[in-house]
Amino acid sequence: MPEPSPHRPSGFPSGAPSGSWANTATIGDVAAFVTSKNAGPYKVALDIVFSTAADYQRFVGHAGLDREAVAAIYGIPRADVLDVIHFAPAFAVKVTLKRRITAGARGDSDVYGAQQHVPLMQHRIPW
Amino acid sequence: MTPASPTPIGLTPDSLTVFAPQGMLGYGIPERSMRLGMERRPDVLAVDAGSIDPGPHYLGAGTSFTNRRSVAKDLEMILDAAHAQRIPVLIGSAGGAGGDAHLDWLIEIYREICRERGYRFRTARISAELDRDWLRRRLADGAISPLDHDIALMPGHLDRATRIVGQMGYEPFMRAIESGAEVVIAGRAFDPAMMGAHALLRGFDRGLTVHMGKLLECGGAAAYPRHGSDGLLATLHRDSFTVEPPNPDKVCTVASVAAHSLYERANPYHMEFPGGAIDLHATRFEQESERVVRISGTRYVAAQHYTIKLEGVECVGYRTIAIAGVRDPILIAHFDDYVANIRSRVAERYPDGYTLNIHSYGRNGVMGPIEAARAEPPFEIGLVFEVIADDPDTSAAVLALTRSAALHVTYPGRKAIAGNLAFPFSPSDIPVGPVYEFTIHHLVKTEDPCSPFAMDLFTP
Repeated sequence: MPEPSPHRPSGFPSGAPSGSWANTATIGDVAAFVTSKNAGPYKVALDIVFSTAADYQRFVGHAGLDREAVAAIYGIPRADVLDVIHFAPAFAVKVTLKRRITAGARGDSDVYGAQQHVPLMQHRIPW
Repeated sequence: MTPASPTPIGLTPDSLTVFAPQGMLGYGIPERSMRLGMERRPDVLAVDAGSIDPGPHYLGAGTSFTNRRSVAKDLEMILDAAHAQRIPVLIGSAGGAGGDAHLDWLIEIYREICRERGYRFRTARISAELDRDWLRRRLADGAISPLDHDIALMPGHLDRATRIVGQMGYEPFMRAIESGAEVVIAGRAFDPAMMGAHALLRGFDRGLTVHMGKLLECGGAAAYPRHGSDGLLATLHRDSFTVEPPNPDKVCTVASVAAHSLYERANPYHMEFPGGAIDLHATRFEQESERVVRISGTRYVAAQHYTIKLEGVECVGYRTIAIAGVRDPILIAHFDDYVANIRSRVAERYPDGYTLNIHSYGRNGVMGPIEAARAEPPFEIGLVFEVIADDPDTSAAVLALTRSAALHVTYPGRKAIAGNLAFPFSPSDIPVGPVYEFTIHHLVKTEDPCSPFAMDLFTP
């Protein structure tokens, strides 16, 4: 198991068991893909896709994610987490964030929104 | 208003095969995939040629993010295949951003290929640049609303915009086909529209047609392994459709196809388009065979009003940049002081009238203020100095001062007094040209899905 990430500790989703570090993994450890990409110039969509229905069910049933948890992971206001949607047909959880800066506008640092997934990927969950 | 009712043309077969040889015109077509895809005798070749993702610059500047030579190579392959089998070709979002400059850039390439090969396709050109007076009238009528943000459109936005395009839906493509076009080259379009215009004309289910187009628009991206530009075949039936990659080394799986339904969308269950939406709550993804997935159950939901998505940009200044690296650990330890000193030196001479950004790679260059990693100090930092000002000369002057200040300014404990930066290039200062920002991202209601999009017919 990799070392805990250098990220500041981020709270577990409400209701999740606060297990010891021995029973945790990062989302990146257990998901097949963790990606980010613009959904239009004003939003970034983060996709967590699991390889199997079993992994997906385990994540949803055991750890899960909600808007509060995502806001804590990114250190952003809850209102900027626009949606967290579970999509069982793809074994996937989709998170939509409001972009701080419109794609390509002055001060933007990720025009495609393709490198905004890392805090989610390194987030540690009970597993 | 709902989209025009389907008008069956010719025979109405029970299946229709659409081949998207790639996800983006100009990103390359594997020759084997092209050959195998065409062996399946598709009814239509369709390809997406653009995206908003590369940012506002291209729409403003009238240039393409795709490369001319690469686009010409791909278009040659598509036209050769279409000519050999006498099937239609539909291309949307021409030239990347889909404005008239982009559309005419692609049509010039198209004409060159046709002239060289003697092709005489009946061709439709469909413009996506909308008439400003029409937009002003729609605005006055309260028919324009913000999309994904809450900034109401003002007349000034329409006046100042460098270029405004609308995303056309299915109907302008259907009109072009009904007008006898064998090749349709269109400006900015809803990506799946060119994939499904024939299907709607032949009365196939609208929900399935839109979902099929959504999968085809990125070509082989709905298949695994997901590497390289590649194609996708879809066959539409009355109650379902199948997708499969022409490349025998790739497979469509329930997961690959379902995952692609997520892509670049905020909500995987609901996707809006001009005239309606598709609802995926009842969608079934079934593994038909090792490489083929069957999709059914996707429902079409009619919209109350037919709307067109507007995209517009305005010029906000001129950018000049310089790139440099820092290796000195003392500077890195005092990085915030160093940056503050640069900013104050520049401000002494130029108090305002520009934007100065210092992108610090290795520190927080990607995530900016929300970067949470605070591990060991980095051993080196990559810097991009960026100045945006109202005119190119001011931009260059402020950047030049920033660069020289950054090279020579002091910081606590400094030992390397000869220079703070490693420049990889000479010249160090790079004029990048005009800077555009999205200022229009709104929906406009229209009674007629076709009339805003001017069509011309020609034979190359």
